[in-house]
Amino acid sequence: MISLRNVNKAFGRVQAVRDVSLEIAKGEFFSLLGASGSGKTTLLRMIAGFESVTSGKILIDGQEIQDSPPHLRPINMVFQNYAIFPHLNVRDNIAYGLQRLGTPKAEQARMVDAMLEMIALPGYGDRRATQLSGGQMQRVALARALILKPKVLLLDEPLGALDKQLREQMQLELRSLQRQLGITFILVTHDQEEALTLSDRVAVMENGAVIQVDTPAGLYDHPTNRAVAAFVGSMNFFDATVHGQGDAYRAEIAGLGPQRLNGQAGARQDGARVLVAIRPESLTLSPTAPEAPQPSVQGRITARQYMGGRQMLHVAVEGRAAPVAVSIVAQRGDDPWDGSEGRPVWLTWGPGAISLLDAE
Amino acid sequence: MTVTSVSGPAPARPSAITRFLHRHEGWRGHLLLAPALILMTVAIIGPMWMTLMMSTWTVRGFDIIVTPGLANYTAMANNPMFPVLIWRTLEIALTCTIVTVVLVYPVAYFLAFQTGRSKAIWLLVLTLPFWTSYLLRVFAWRVVLGNEGAINSGLMSLGVISEPLSWLLYSQTAVTIVLAHSWAAFAIVPIFVSLEKINRSYLEAAADLGDTPARRFWRITFPLSLPGVVAAFIMMFVPTMGEYITPIMVGGPDSMMVGNLVQAMYGPMANWPAGAALAVVMMITIGLASLAFVGLNRLVQR
Repeated sequence: MISLRNVNKAFGRVQAVRDVSLEIAKGEFFSLLGASGSGKTTLLRMIAGFESVTSGKILIDGQEIQDSPPHLRPINMVFQNYAIFPHLNVRDNIAYGLQRLGTPKAEQARMVDAMLEMIALPGYGDRRATQLSGGQMQRVALARALILKPKVLLLDEPLGALDKQLREQMQLELRSLQRQLGITFILVTHDQEEALTLSDRVAVMENGAVIQVDTPAGLYDHPTNRAVAAFVGSMNFFDATVHGQGDAYRAEIAGLGPQRLNGQAGARQDGARVLVAIRPESLTLSPTAPEAPQPSVQGRITARQYMGGRQMLHVAVEGRAAPVAVSIVAQRGDDPWDGSEGRPVWLTWGPGAISLLDAE
Repeated sequence: MTVTSVSGPAPARPSAITRFLHRHEGWRGHLLLAPALILMTVAIIGPMWMTLMMSTWTVRGFDIIVTPGLANYTAMANNPMFPVLIWRTLEIALTCTIVTVVLVYPVAYFLAFQTGRSKAIWLLVLTLPFWTSYLLRVFAWRVVLGNEGAINSGLMSLGVISEPLSWLLYSQTAVTIVLAHSWAAFAIVPIFVSLEKINRSYLEAAADLGDTPARRFWRITFPLSLPGVVAAFIMMFVPTMGEYITPIMVGGPDSMMVGNLVQAMYGPMANWPAGAALAVVMMITIGLASLAFVGLNRLVQR
């Protein structure tokens, strides 16, 4: 559907986008996730046609579009600040693209009404754009783009300016709208939670390059490098060394001790330095030493963060400077971890908890 | 747990004025406005009131009779010279305003959209002519437009004309050209500011929704710059309406403006009340014309 092939963008000597190649399928909800300055917005603007490509190709349905101006691309965009035309009312904003196409007036009015219905703002047609709230502008911007039935809809941090509750509601609406219409959505966001909630697939960007493309679950469970692991969710990192050969690999993990590896070592050599990543929720805590042969290590609770539904306990272990973060479900009523700072505790983890990454 | 109170130095008690100003935000504004307001009352409202009063007086011989009356206004209404003069003044002012705004809009557009980092230099270059005195500039135009001037001698040496174009100098055309040039910067700045203020994402959105650059200009850029255009109209129209030096320097017998007559009434003709009445009529005309511009803008903007 939409293909990026070795796309590069340089602003003077600054390389904003480095050799990005992506294949996005029809009807897919695709996200570009990255911190500010990672090149995600530049990449989106190149797809829209607001930035030229320095080198590389952008194709839609097999047709090269990288050199055609924005008004000739079958792509529409929802801007970060919505860009609702202030001198037009809501109706004229939504009908903006139709008016140029010479759609009959009655047909235009019908389509706009249908759009207003879809974005749950019926009767708002004659309001001035300047009288709308942020969430309403966001919907109007969406309607204005979708009324043209684009092949691809680009969304540049569309929910960034909304407060948390409205943002969560709009996420649900965006998702169901995209399912309903079957249009390819490409979303730019720095909010990893948003990317995980909304997308079919996510491309994580850093320094202008795509460092991993995967489904949300794939990114979360099998990050392929430290930057992705750190950016998506929270993560404990441990220095480790791989030992052994054949099927009998084990890792010597600083702070956790030896750990058997089940094929995760890949082609790594005996003695290779690696990074072990464990999610805080993949660790469990028990006040007494576990009996089962499962791996465990003793530590001491140094701090506790209560976060409502969950709580984060920080456990200091020998052989590691920073305490290990453990996320557990908060108990209702009598919380056994209340006032647990300074108490000794045992950390345990299952064999699937470990991800092995290359050490930098 | 023991609680130790840590006491630093006691907070200083603010003066009565500080406390009052802290509480009443409105007064802070009034206080800031006060110097300008006082100056404006004394230097603008005062003289305007005096002019209005004087316009109701009359002159008999060398005496001014201060009994209020509308004699000056009825005299003006009955004298066909005044409407002609006011129309001509309006015509000159409107022509040079419209011509200038139309000519200057692309310049302002270029400044706002095209120049990037050299913007400051371009603004400086555009105001360069204004670094010399107004009178010098008018004199310079006499050199350019005169019978022996740059245009006439240039055209004659090229053989385009055989004798100087006499209508170039000492004519209504000359007055219009010189006025347009004199006030051009006042028209550029408001248009530039309104164009500069337009959020670039509106333009991108319009292109994204399928507009070609030309279409986008008429649907987005131009409507959003209208407040600046109206401001430019008023900034140019008001001063040109009151002009009297330019018509003296480069105008002919057919290009006398109301300002010249006002000046004559206050000077050689020594009829201050009649001059005051004329000034009042001018103020009303300018006021109405400005209102018309603003109304037109509202109509377009809806």
